[in-house]
Amino acid sequence: MSLTLENLSRTVDGVDYVRDANLTFEAGSFNVLLGRTLAGKTSMMRLMAGLDKPSQGRLLYNGEDVTGQNVQRRNISMIYQQFINYPTLTVYENIASPLRLAKMAESEIDRRVKETASMLQIEPLLKRYPLELSGGQQQRTAMARALVKDATLVLFDEPLVNLDYKLREELRAELRDLFRERQCIAVYATTEANEALALGGTTTLLHEGGVVQTGPVMEVYRAPVNTLAAQLFSEPPMNMVRGRVTDTEVTFDEYSHHALTQELEKLTPGDYWFGIRPSHIALVPTNDDDLEMSMEVALSEISGSETFMHVENSHFEMVMQLMGVHQYHTGAPVKVYLPINKLFVFDKDEQLVHTPSRVAGGAV
Amino acid sequence: MAEIQLKALAHSYSDTPTGPDDYAIRQLDHVWHKGGAYALLGPSGCGKSTMLNIISGLIQPSEGEVLFDGKRVNELSPRDRNIAQVFQFPVIYDSMTVYENLAFPLKNNKVPASRIKVRVQEIAEVLEIEDKLHKKARNLTADEKQKVSMGRGLVREDVSAILFDEPLTVIDPQLKWKLRRKLKQIHEQFDITMVYVTHDQLEASTFADRIAVMYDGQVVQFGTPTELFEAPNHTFVGYFIGSPGMNIVEVERCSDGVCFGSTVLPLESWQVDILKRMTSGNLKIGIRPEFIEISPIASDDTYEANVQDIEDLGTYKIVTVQLGEQELKVRQNEEFEASIDSPVHLSFPKQWLMLYVDEFLVQEQQ
Repeated sequence: MSLTLENLSRTVDGVDYVRDANLTFEAGSFNVLLGRTLAGKTSMMRLMAGLDKPSQGRLLYNGEDVTGQNVQRRNISMIYQQFINYPTLTVYENIASPLRLAKMAESEIDRRVKETASMLQIEPLLKRYPLELSGGQQQRTAMARALVKDATLVLFDEPLVNLDYKLREELRAELRDLFRERQCIAVYATTEANEALALGGTTTLLHEGGVVQTGPVMEVYRAPVNTLAAQLFSEPPMNMVRGRVTDTEVTFDEYSHHALTQELEKLTPGDYWFGIRPSHIALVPTNDDDLEMSMEVALSEISGSETFMHVENSHFEMVMQLMGVHQYHTGAPVKVYLPINKLFVFDKDEQLVHTPSRVAGGAV
Repeated sequence: MAEIQLKALAHSYSDTPTGPDDYAIRQLDHVWHKGGAYALLGPSGCGKSTMLNIISGLIQPSEGEVLFDGKRVNELSPRDRNIAQVFQFPVIYDSMTVYENLAFPLKNNKVPASRIKVRVQEIAEVLEIEDKLHKKARNLTADEKQKVSMGRGLVREDVSAILFDEPLTVIDPQLKWKLRRKLKQIHEQFDITMVYVTHDQLEASTFADRIAVMYDGQVVQFGTPTELFEAPNHTFVGYFIGSPGMNIVEVERCSDGVCFGSTVLPLESWQVDILKRMTSGNLKIGIRPEFIEISPIASDDTYEANVQDIEDLGTYKIVTVQLGEQELKVRQNEEFEASIDSPVHLSFPKQWLMLYVDEFLVQEQQ
């Protein structure tokens, strides 16, 4: 069982909502569409569901052309940002509704509703009405209804966006476990890189309607094909600096000179973009040849367990992700250290030419 | 700008409350000091929006008093309290220009035209929207609109406090930090009492010097981000702050400490002393995933556990281990490697073992 998008495009009033997408999703796979607002995630899912017709290209299901086929004729579930439940029906009847529509036997309906409800931990709530539930419970109910009918394609359109982050964290983990055993194709749209990492599976990066990169989540994360992919799949975004490599040294922004060591020696002279993840910049050196830069703190953002520190000087702006709570005043001078072995290198056309070597024991 | 005091405040949406469950806010006393940057953090349904509406005057509390600089304001409308509010969705006039939007609150207050011009320019510069002043508000992006919303609150010089209710909800993740930074700068520059309501720990901790964590109609901790992380005052704070939250384990009294299953955890002697004096059987130990140490090698003070799962989140890994019957989460850096189902050795540094009796932290008496 597979779903294939073949040169699929959708253009409305001259605007490309989806641009020449070529993707294949296999049964039993969990696929994340990651992109900013208006990247084309919802448009692509609506095409997959058959809710919209493509301007060009084909949609193949198990190799069979289903382009433009009505959604009712295919076994598809869709879960939206807003929790959509029937307010006048109990949780039980909400979950049962697609099965009643399919005229399933009462005993089978009962078995499936209870099984799905217990999976999503809402079994004690089956007799209640949606409006008596918290947001998280309402969304679980909507998810249960989408999952109960054993759809072959389940589409999630940013389903957790309206929930508290703590609930998001819990539901994300549940979803991941839930789909491990299912044979359907799950497609999940999100704007958050960290959500894509937490969900795992396959990640497809979308930008302005086009596919930037697709592959197993860690492959895409570790080897983003270009600077755009690197930026899209890094939260906070990857730090980028321009640099010129000569036979002997690298100069960042015509300002900061460093000797060529380690992997940088392999670069042929020319102009490059150097990228480093926020988590790889440190306040203390780890190696002798770390690049040292003098910066000022612009803002120290503290999450519960981490600090995102924005630093800048007259040439560079960077963000660092530090473990623990680090309170710094705006304007405080700091020295930051960039390990050479953590640098991504992109050529002047912004295509990836070098990925950081992973440290001992870190085989991919 | 004002000090905001909540005195024996409680609120029930029911006319005839019969017990604590009928209260959205259970009785509390709280002070927001003049010029402070505060956050009110909690999950949906914890009472934080009710509290915000009581401060602004949209709701009259059923019990207790709201005092601005010592003066009772219970009966005053939001307008008479001089409170500015910024909501989830931008509240601006689409058909007006940015300039007109910012000038509007001042015109209403009969501020002289010459002063309005200066003030609007000043606020626009702070918000970095001075090049948008003559654009119609409807043509702005979501983050620009929200900046104008904030500007409408900031522009009035007589404002007592600015209340923010999840102001970044509609902003793209990539732009959120810029607005957070802007808010922080604004607070430093204007020295206004600001209260920021959110369910997001990052937004709360970045913005606020002190955070009030609300749970079940109560403020369970009022502290700095460091305090919330290192010494959560209530098991809920431990769970809610941090990703993943604190490991919280039900325990029993044992000699020199506590135990769960066959695992004995020695505690500091002051903790043991306090434990002896307390009678409650509701005892829990909390330790953050960041503070559990994990090693391939056993030593005198380690506990053998089994690796259940390793979740790779790119910048770090979350390792789930099983110690006896108890599952624990351990946060490790991205280089951590271990086989599933293999043994590892854990240690729990004593200074990070928090003891909770009836869900509240047992603290060393000074």
